[in-house]
Amino acid sequence: MVSMFYDFLLAQRQQLKAYEEYTFQESDVRQALAREQLDAFDLKALLSPAALPLLEEMAERARSLTVRNFGRTISLFAPLYLANYCTNRCLYCSFNHNNEIERRKLSLEEVELEGQAIAATGLAHLLLLTGESRRHSGPDYIQACVERLRPSFASLGIEIYPLAEEEYRQLYESGVDSLTLFQETYDENVYASVHPAGPKRDYRWRLETPERACRAGIPGVNLGALLGLGDWREDAWATALHARYLQKHYPDVEIALSIPRLRPHVGGFQPQAGPVTDAALVQIILVYRLYLPRAGITLSTRESPSLREALLPLGITKMSAGSLTSVGGYASEGGSTQFEIADERSVPEIAAMLRSRGYQPVFCDWINLKGKGSVAG
Amino acid sequence: MDKKLARLNNSAEDVLEIGGVKLGSRLFVGTGKFAAQALIPEVIKAAAAEVVTMALRRVDWHNPQENILNYLTDDLVLLPNTSGARTAEEAVRIARLARSAGCGDWVKIEVIRDQHYLLPDNFETVKATEILAQEGFTVLPYMSPDLSTARKLVEVGAAAVMPLGAPIGSNRGLKTRELIKILIEEIPLPVIVDAGIGRPSEAAEAMEMGAAAVLVNTAIATAEDPVVMGRAFKLAVEAGRLAHLAGPGARSERAQASSPLTGFLG
Repeated sequence: MVSMFYDFLLAQRQQLKAYEEYTFQESDVRQALAREQLDAFDLKALLSPAALPLLEEMAERARSLTVRNFGRTISLFAPLYLANYCTNRCLYCSFNHNNEIERRKLSLEEVELEGQAIAATGLAHLLLLTGESRRHSGPDYIQACVERLRPSFASLGIEIYPLAEEEYRQLYESGVDSLTLFQETYDENVYASVHPAGPKRDYRWRLETPERACRAGIPGVNLGALLGLGDWREDAWATALHARYLQKHYPDVEIALSIPRLRPHVGGFQPQAGPVTDAALVQIILVYRLYLPRAGITLSTRESPSLREALLPLGITKMSAGSLTSVGGYASEGGSTQFEIADERSVPEIAAMLRSRGYQPVFCDWINLKGKGSVAG
Repeated sequence: MDKKLARLNNSAEDVLEIGGVKLGSRLFVGTGKFAAQALIPEVIKAAAAEVVTMALRRVDWHNPQENILNYLTDDLVLLPNTSGARTAEEAVRIARLARSAGCGDWVKIEVIRDQHYLLPDNFETVKATEILAQEGFTVLPYMSPDLSTARKLVEVGAAAVMPLGAPIGSNRGLKTRELIKILIEEIPLPVIVDAGIGRPSEAAEAMEMGAAAVLVNTAIATAEDPVVMGRAFKLAVEAGRLAHLAGPGARSERAQASSPLTGFLG
């Protein structure tokens, strides 16, 4: 069997096993900061409590790296939930099969109307989401949605259940150019406990999904841990290693990171790990930026307006705007939401906020070449 | 175009000719990374730039307020780049889209298959250059400074070569100095140093070495005052060019022996 990230992660953990009980010192953090290329040990040091006194120094460096690599710009996108049927029972998600919420799936006509309403706000990057139900929202349905939306958007991403490589290839050919897939947690035990039933129980299948998308030719892959499910230091460490692993093995794929924190949702699950504080979130963003200077970092509307603004200079490169997490709702009445949104500002309000803070809001940063003629044309 | 050509032809005596267009300015500027697009016209003016590059992927056709093309005047030469292309085929398609969208015949080929360092793929770049040159584009390929590749680019019809000084956005200066010197020596096309130049002094150095022009984006766009930095680069490029023309021949990289070793020959 080909060695994949699952084996790589195990090997990395094995290598650092001797440090399981090690208490990182400020000198470890300083040493890490002095190095140009950080390794797995440095990453641990930067994520440790010993880094807290050096957070400001890390922030200054992260800001300068971000400005150099991305400029004073923030890309904008919107999510569009296509359906919320789900066979999984994720304890932290409102779409949990056991939750009695209104289940809905947009018709292709509705998809087009919702797309038009979003495009009218000027946004050109769209992220399509569904729950995991091959019966209600199978790859063919996703593909049909993509084909309807393609003319109105410069970029179409998907955040849906894991697919096989061939299915990703088909979606790429029909116009999908990025995949967002969160591992939720890299701790196999916690993963098993929060995914008690449904196809999502398969930890390894999910862990290796980004690689299948890379092999299928999808140009952008966005990773993340749902911060707060497991130990955030461990999850951020594994996420960063995952991103670097993909960069090395699939250098032509643009790897990006998201930093979702658990939000209130239907079901009210409280994880054992305890909440991820704002300071922890800041530390994670900084470490991601220092370890992966060119990786995009996405900040969703899960966070409050004031926190989103404060986090901007630390390494954020992409934000959602005017988001809804209900199925539909942009053009028609939306239903139950996946999680509560904390930043409800409209697209013009977000754009104005960015400008006032010295950032250019970027609405369009991709060309969807699918359907635009072949090389002979 | 006539107005543009007329103006360019009337500029200073030391002209740079690329694809039949005569340029008075040897500072090309990029339009990415600015805090506000409205700054760009001021920067172009301060830099006295005549060639302006933009990523076609960033051209926002749906939002006039966000469309970079609305900030660029007709007398500028547009140099759309193929950022986002991972293969020659994608670069070719983006170039054709740029032309059909009215961005002119110039194109900067950017084929990048490495998202961590953003280093160009020379092999795919040569392929794209060949196709587009045959289609009548004025092709300026962005490349890793490699002599064989540069010779190949000459063969397939490039109008200039654009070697990198250091990885895009790194502001590290002329890390590839020795290789760029070789290109300047050997390649019969304008050598335009693109990427990596972080300071005006580095732009001046590239020009002193004999580069035909430099392209600067990050160092201007991310400066505290991009307009003043644009002017600083203009002056540096002019100074470097003058120094090159003046022939800084007195500089020697080795110490001179105090008494000539061959003095005994009389």
